[in-house]
Amino acid sequence: MKCEDVSKQLIPYLDRRMNSAERSQVENHMGACAACRKRAEEFRALWTVLDEVPAIEPSFGFDARLRARVAAEPRPRWFSWLMPQPRLALAMAMLLAFSVWMAKIPAVDSTAVARAQDFEAIKDLGVLENYDVLTKFDALSELPTATPDTDAPQQDQSNPDDGGGS
Amino acid sequence: MTRTDVQLMLDVKAGDEESFALLLQKYRSPLVNFLFRMVRDRATAEDLAQEVFLRVYRARKQYSPSAKFTTWLFRIATNLALNSVRDNRHQKMEVSLDVPADEDQAPTELPAREMRIDEYMVERDRSEYIRRTIAALPEKQRVAVLLHKYEEMDYGEIAKILDCSESALKSLLFRAYENLRVQLAPLVGQPATHQAGEGRAS
Repeated sequence: MKCEDVSKQLIPYLDRRMNSAERSQVENHMGACAACRKRAEEFRALWTVLDEVPAIEPSFGFDARLRARVAAEPRPRWFSWLMPQPRLALAMAMLLAFSVWMAKIPAVDSTAVARAQDFEAIKDLGVLENYDVLTKFDALSELPTATPDTDAPQQDQSNPDDGGGS
Repeated sequence: MTRTDVQLMLDVKAGDEESFALLLQKYRSPLVNFLFRMVRDRATAEDLAQEVFLRVYRARKQYSPSAKFTTWLFRIATNLALNSVRDNRHQKMEVSLDVPADEDQAPTELPAREMRIDEYMVERDRSEYIRRTIAALPEKQRVAVLLHKYEEMDYGEIAKILDCSESALKSLLFRAYENLRVQLAPLVGQPATHQAGEGRAS
């Protein structure tokens, strides 16, 4: 063991906070090193000198002053158990506000719009393909002819097989 | 049955104000003395001690016994004391032990080297000279000595308060006591007629 190793172990040695093996190493070194032995003695003497500093007592009103300050602290409210952390409360409030804001924005979903348009186009297809409906639907007879030629004789709307063809 | 500090603090967390009073009674004097040795002003030390207890009270709902109560208590006290010392030196920058700093930086308060020891002893008594010499140590060395010598904390706890390893702490303590040995050499060879008999047994 070298002097610099002892310097690192000197405080635990003087505190008697090292195991017997470490203690033996330090003592072996000190047996052969007068400088380290002298330093250890001086440190012991120093600690005695440091003990001379008297302790002070807190002033008489210390406790009363602290009690008054503690009493002036804001009391926890009934809902405080819900919000143990002010930061958590703030985060939740912001999340709620963001959710409300998002809910007010109309959803623009191109896929959904296209799907709705497709549905509009085919939703009456079943009706149009129903022969009975078309033949008995009076309103169809009121429709103008396919060609705007007023001189031509009006086609018989009751015969769907004509299909407006030749 | 005596409750541990952690149990007392958990009771405070549960709303038991009496447990807070017990913690105050137990640590009021050690805390005021530690802070007095840090800032060397009684009124400031008491104000800071009040602030420490108030911060403990305010943090009661978030208290989690992850470390010893005294580690938490003295860590708060150390940070407040260092801020106070630095504020008094008109350095408004907020500081913390979490910020790495060279512990061998210039001492916060330089000892009156130009004053001969016998002159100083005429002006002040021995204990004031010792206090002044301790206060002249670099910040981390000072905190380490106060917690080791006067609060008799173990290395692990002091290391946690100072946010360093136990090995680094042992080296720090050696350098601190070596500085004190040099500064207080005239007193070390001159025993006092009356000794207060306080702190770690030597």
